Amino acid sequence: MSLLTPETGLLFWMLLSFGIVVFILVKFGFPAILQMIEKRKSYIEESLLEAEKARQELANVKQESKKILDEAYQAQEKIMREAAQLKESLLEDAKEKASLEAQKILNEAKNQIQNEKEAALQDIRRQVADMSVAISEKLLRTNLSNKEEQMHIINRLIDEMNIHKS
Amino acid sequence: MFTNEMKRYLLYILCLTTLVSLPLNAASEKAASEKDINVREIILSEITDSYEWHITTWGNKPISVPLPVIVHSKTSGWHIFMSSKFEEQPVYKGFYIAKEGKYKDKIVEIDENGKEVRPLDISLTKTATALIFNSVLLIILIMSIAHYYKKDGIFPKKGFVILMEMLIMDIYEGVIKPSIGKDYRRYAPYLLTVFFFIFLNNLMGLIPFFPFGATVTGNIAITLTLALCTLLIVNFSGTKEYWKEIFWPEVPAWLKVPVPLMPAVEFIGIFTKPFALMIRLFANIVGGHSIVGGLVCLVFVTVKLGTTINITMSALSVIFTVFIDLIELLIAYIQAYIFTMLSAVFIGLARVEPSHKPVAKETVKQV
Repeated sequence: MSLLTPETGLLFWMLLSFGIVVFILVKFGFPAILQMIEKRKSYIEESLLEAEKARQELANVKQESKKILDEAYQAQEKIMREAAQLKESLLEDAKEKASLEAQKILNEAKNQIQNEKEAALQDIRRQVADMSVAISEKLLRTNLSNKEEQMHIINRLIDEMNIHKS
Repeated sequence: MFTNEMKRYLLYILCLTTLVSLPLNAASEKAASEKDINVREIILSEITDSYEWHITTWGNKPISVPLPVIVHSKTSGWHIFMSSKFEEQPVYKGFYIAKEGKYKDKIVEIDENGKEVRPLDISLTKTATALIFNSVLLIILIMSIAHYYKKDGIFPKKGFVILMEMLIMDIYEGVIKPSIGKDYRRYAPYLLTVFFFIFLNNLMGLIPFFPFGATVTGNIAITLTLALCTLLIVNFSGTKEYWKEIFWPEVPAWLKVPVPLMPAVEFIGIFTKPFALMIRLFANIVGGHSIVGGLVCLVFVTVKLGTTINITMSALSVIFTVFIDLIELLIAYIQAYIFTMLSAVFIGLARVEPSHKPVAKETVKQV
């Protein structure tokens, strides 16, 4: 059947045109296209890798910033705590110092009072002595005739003095 | 949305139907005027080659594009003339188209002995013209894509280029790479060329009006050449292991000596594989076109059976034709795909490495 027998003429044209097509496309057509496609493929792959890298870096940066922030928070807390402690200790110190000072002042006041008191007593004694001397002088000078009277006066004077003293 | 889509599909179907029925109209009109319809003739005229490109028949006058006839006669040498000369006079410069016999529908001449012989005929027939037209189209298509890649860099902007790239990558990554293996880059341009050559010719054969519609891939000479190229490439890229497996396959010894049964089978296999490629493509395309032709002829065959039957059968035939045409569209792709895939597989098989690799040899070389 003619359908199944290849025609010489058509074979010739087919060999010619297919040969030219193959020559042009294999030499100039497809390699250029495939090269571009492969180039893009590698470009995309590289870009993806880079994106992944960038993503990781970003994550790292985030982590780092979080770390820094955490550290800052911790430092702040520490400082606050320390400040509080310092305040407390300062207060304590101040209180202690104040109480000590107060005690000291009190003691001094007490001492002073004692001293004053003693000085006053001394003064009184001296005055009493002076007085008794004066009284004695008076007595001796004037009323030494009447013995009984003298005694009486002396006693009275002493009593008076005692009362005065106490 | 849905209705819009439906409308669009309907429009497509309508267009397709009109397109499908166009070329066969011509043939059928001719046949109808001769009263009796010879379906076989009509179908054969659609799938076989001819010296002129018949477009349609207007009234009783066939309208066709004359094509150049190039013949070389042993007695009178080279002759180039247009095929329209045969319309004017049946015998031109001693050549005429045989009406019957061994060389039916071919240009013949009478030699000295009075016998009808075939001159060397390299006429640009319908198929040859379509072939050249499609080849030029393919070159323009692929080169323009390559050009766009050069112009736009690695990110093409044209949708058309992206569509073509999708096709290319489908074949490149999905067929060539896995089928051939290591050296796939070396064979990829050729295999892609084959794929697009077949695909384009198949598609062009589906478009029914001039200057398309010639069943280029449905011609045995075309598929023969393609299969021959595969045969040559496969056997020229065969490794030592490939030839060893053919002439000394790993089978029980009695299958090899004294009668080389397996080697003979393997040797025949070298030729049967491309032969199968050749027949598969040819038969698929011829089959598809014949079915479409037959279905369209149904309209004209049933004219005699009355109006009702004719209308029913016409509607049926249109529906079936659309269906078969869609299948043919699928076949156009599938056959190109299969041809490329099998070629790639054969090349891959020819590039076998021995299963027990000569590692020692390589290491010695490296040392």
